[in-house]
Amino acid sequence: MNKNSKATLFLGLPYYLWAAFFIVIPLFMVVWYGLTDKTGAFTLANVLSIMRPAHMKALILSIVLSLGATVVCLLLAYPLCMFLVESQKKADSFLVMLLIVPMWMNFLLRTYAWQSILEKTGILNAFLNAIGLPSQHLINTPGGIILGMVYDFLPFMILPIYNALEKIDVNVVNAAHDLGANGTQTFTRVIFPLSLPGVISGITMVFVPALTTFVISSLLGGGKILLIGNVIEQEFTLAYDWHLGSGLSLVLLIFIILNIVVSTAFDRAEV
Amino acid sequence: MKKMKARRLLSALTAAVLAVTSLTSCGSGEAAEAGSNMLYVYNWGEYIDEETIELFEEETGITVVYDEFETNEVMFPKIDANPSQYDVICPSDYMIARMIGEDLLEPLDWDNMPNAKNNIGEEYLLQAEGFDPGNVYSCPYTWGTVGILYDSSRVDEPVTSWDILWDPKYKDEILMQDSVRDLYTVPLKMLGYSLNTLDEQELREATDLLIEQKPLVQAYVVDEVRDKMIGGESIFGVIYSGEAEYTREENENLEYVIPEEGTNVWIDGWVVTKASRHKENAMKWIDFMCRPDIALMNFEYIYYSTPNVAAMELMDEELLENEVLFPDLSQYDNLEAFDYLGEEGDALYFEYWKEVKSS
Repeated sequence: MNKNSKATLFLGLPYYLWAAFFIVIPLFMVVWYGLTDKTGAFTLANVLSIMRPAHMKALILSIVLSLGATVVCLLLAYPLCMFLVESQKKADSFLVMLLIVPMWMNFLLRTYAWQSILEKTGILNAFLNAIGLPSQHLINTPGGIILGMVYDFLPFMILPIYNALEKIDVNVVNAAHDLGANGTQTFTRVIFPLSLPGVISGITMVFVPALTTFVISSLLGGGKILLIGNVIEQEFTLAYDWHLGSGLSLVLLIFIILNIVVSTAFDRAEV
Repeated sequence: MKKMKARRLLSALTAAVLAVTSLTSCGSGEAAEAGSNMLYVYNWGEYIDEETIELFEEETGITVVYDEFETNEVMFPKIDANPSQYDVICPSDYMIARMIGEDLLEPLDWDNMPNAKNNIGEEYLLQAEGFDPGNVYSCPYTWGTVGILYDSSRVDEPVTSWDILWDPKYKDEILMQDSVRDLYTVPLKMLGYSLNTLDEQELREATDLLIEQKPLVQAYVVDEVRDKMIGGESIFGVIYSGEAEYTREENENLEYVIPEEGTNVWIDGWVVTKASRHKENAMKWIDFMCRPDIALMNFEYIYYSTPNVAAMELMDEELLENEVLFPDLSQYDNLEAFDYLGEEGDALYFEYWKEVKSS
């Protein structure tokens, strides 16, 4: 037993080192910078600067857009996963594969591609005009950003839901039918509750990166849409105010932790 | 058109590579031995004929690591945090002043740079004294103005004033600069204020103007103004004069104008960092860039006005008469160079800018 735990410790060593250097220490630095001013004295001013109108507007816009993207992802992913699970096993692994392939491409490149697709003289408008439809104006609007978020993060919603749905024993569904449940009842009382852990984890995996993104809003927002991620990025890269940037990051961290706490609570309740 | 697509793809690829390399870049500077024959160059995006880099490497045997930045404000924190990461940099006037003030620069070794010493025009050196008294730390590389580039096939009226960028009929057809000082140049000049003002009332008015204009603006961008204007994405774009000539070659409908309210006249110059570990190579680089044939190659590639009179002597008459490239600035009495505003001044502009961007 003793020997065993030593071996385990040894196996875990690379992870502990990794976690210490690349997770714990950087996190500690963010907390330290966030709670001090330039002279090194303790202050809450950086965190409280979230109350400034410009920062608050950016935070609210980020929450609204990332919630929107999460909802759209969920509405797209859930039926798709139902379809994938129901469909033939052979075709199904190919379809799942198709969903994963885009993830292998660099995420920046894919977002740049959307820039070329959506812009005024872009690919999509050329196509729409060619078939006699009016142009769309998605680029540099909140809608364009949601589209970018959905495209980039959809796989993170699909995979956990798909896994959860796939694990549901067919016999459970059959039992529900045998006991007289109709299709809707089977879904609302059996399938959906059983898939909830996947849904919750999908929501977290989409909401958190969407809330913190600054690349999508820079590339598809034309510099007109300031998300909280952009504010933080600019504090670091342009204003060179690491204290303010870290303070705002702490605020964001609170939202992320909140999200994770809520989803674990759901998870526990369901299992 | 094809060229434009290729460029855009290239910039996308560069961005992707940068995203990866930036994670490691802090280390890469250190990795090279101090004694090795290297040179780390940090320049604006698309601001050189890359062939000249190869020529420099061939002639001197120095290995060049060449990186690009998009704005002075992005460049500065990197140098401030890691002053020895780059040996030779090409910032703008006010940023050079700031770097001199923060003791980040090494005096240039003019005596060992015959090309730099002899080929740069007097008037440009004189202008450069505004930010680098005595021409100690910097060697002018390019100069120019900021103005309006517009698609003359889609504008019927004469374009003479900045206020056309506030005309609601051009909604979604206006590109503004996405760097704070260049953006504020427009409303400040329109209001008749100095573009170096620190007066909060004046900045408030300028900010309100920008907020009022925001619904009309298609996007705030930097380097993309050029490609977007060539591709016909927008009718108006605020742009550096150097980009204007290039875009006019690609799209003949485009015209560049310096608005009557005046604008910013700027110089970008080569500087050597004080912490550089390859100072001698850096001086060689600057001198090489001032060689008439090299300066001409770069001019013909980037089309930014050169202060190199020896290179100008190699140019066609026709080019020299081109008013976009070599404007007669004496006809304007309201051109102004940027001053470094100090940390608090920069922070003030930044706070107002955030207000525009979040509105």
